[in-house]
Amino acid sequence: MTIRVAKPGFFTTVQDLGRYGYAHLGISPGGAADPLSFRIANLLVGNDENAPALEMTLLGATLEFEKSTVVALTGASCECKAGLDNVPANAAFDLPAGAVLQCGSMMSGARCYLAVQGGFDVPLVMGSASTFVPGHFGGFEGRRLQKGDGLQVRQHGPFRVRSLRPGSLDALGVPRPLRVTKGSQHDWFAPEAFERLFSTAYIVSEQSDRTGLRLKGEIVRPREQLELLTDGIPLGAIQVPQDGQPIILFVDQQTTGGYPKIANVIAADVHRVGQLRPRDEVRLVEVSIAEAVQALGEQERWLREIFVS
Amino acid sequence: MKIVPASDSSLLVVLGNVISPALHKQVMALFHAFQAWHDPRIRNLHPGYASLLIDFDPLRLTHDELSSLVHQLALANDPAVDRPANVVIIPVCYDLELGPDLLDVAQHAGLSLDEVVRQHSSPTYLVYFLGFSPGFVYLGGLPEALHTPRLATPRPSIVGGSVGIAGSQTGIYPVDSPGGWRLIGRTPVCMFDPEATPPTRLQPGDRMKFSPIDRATFEDMQGRTEARLP
Repeated sequence: MTIRVAKPGFFTTVQDLGRYGYAHLGISPGGAADPLSFRIANLLVGNDENAPALEMTLLGATLEFEKSTVVALTGASCECKAGLDNVPANAAFDLPAGAVLQCGSMMSGARCYLAVQGGFDVPLVMGSASTFVPGHFGGFEGRRLQKGDGLQVRQHGPFRVRSLRPGSLDALGVPRPLRVTKGSQHDWFAPEAFERLFSTAYIVSEQSDRTGLRLKGEIVRPREQLELLTDGIPLGAIQVPQDGQPIILFVDQQTTGGYPKIANVIAADVHRVGQLRPRDEVRLVEVSIAEAVQALGEQERWLREIFVS
Repeated sequence: MKIVPASDSSLLVVLGNVISPALHKQVMALFHAFQAWHDPRIRNLHPGYASLLIDFDPLRLTHDELSSLVHQLALANDPAVDRPANVVIIPVCYDLELGPDLLDVAQHAGLSLDEVVRQHSSPTYLVYFLGFSPGFVYLGGLPEALHTPRLATPRPSIVGGSVGIAGSQTGIYPVDSPGGWRLIGRTPVCMFDPEATPPTRLQPGDRMKFSPIDRATFEDMQGRTEARLP
């Protein structure tokens, strides 16, 4: 069964939850930029939460379905139609054979996920279906989707679809500061640098993508300009280059780098970074490592509790 | 040894603050010990010049538990240390067309082209670690005479296999990418193939040498089975 790409949208790729175990060869995990919405989309259609699905950015794709299919859309709110009918968000629904699913511009948030029952059938590269566009590998031919591409769906038995308790995702859309912990080189920065980092809002620059989000705002500088010996970069590290404008390193980041890292976005807030758009305002707030780990545990429990069955 | 939490899901082990083969040996000992440990709670290992970043699942392992494990494994000998030193030979065609900055490097060093090639291909380099992009090696051992500042304006695209110099570093662009290194030649062998196991020709801790080849040999080797990764 083939799903044909009539319009690819702005930047649409096949993703899963990432490619682990290769950082020492310079290969970052990649994977869904908003892993929470990605997992919910898969769970709704009855898939394993890591099944390959589409990540659409800012402007969605138009897809033609050869056969009837169960699909779900999650993440950024985006007007989607099948023919003339609006289709629901955050719910599994049937598309009849021959249906054309048209996903429009995202109204709030940056990324929308489309899961199909069974998952997209792409070859696994180093154990993962994630597309790593800068390295030209993974996903569908190592690139973003283009008009005319034909995506295959994995063979599968009928899975039981699931549904969400009403209102359970409401809290996700509420703007609140990104929570961060201290970074690897936090001791390079004086307390005043942290005050600046936490006291004002930053604007997400246009030069932001899956490798990193550049922030524009208060300048932050280390006590002295020392040269850092290149070291490993964790997901969500906030590094400060010479111009003093922080960069949040994201899913397709370099595995090592030479700029000091002042702070790090907590794992439980990575999904919110994935929904930031260029020109969005973002504030940062510090939490302890213990609070960050607790928030991650609560998020996992929440994810199990939001489904009706 | 200093152990600092780098994030809620990672720990940075800092073993020193200089680039030296002795510190590199300690980094590799810890890296190989963690690789041999096969702990499913540990997701990724990022060796650096003098540090190791360990990425893990914080819901199954705490920073304190991992910190104890670091101390325990740091006492063990490097399981790879007794392996015979593997010197990987990377053939390079040093040529004005494949290495468009070769003349600039020679001029900057005040050396003849032949002497640049001789000096670049004589040392046995140490692969400190890989980073920046898939398969990109950080090599130590570039002769001081060849140290050349990077280009003021990076090139928008560089062909994969290009060999370059930037400051005191030399390296190979594994895949087509933008970059600001001074290009002095190109290798016909594949440095990174996502389908191969392992996907990179060089591993952290390897030793390597550049071996000069002429243009005819370069053309002949390109695309041949031996140029691919197994």
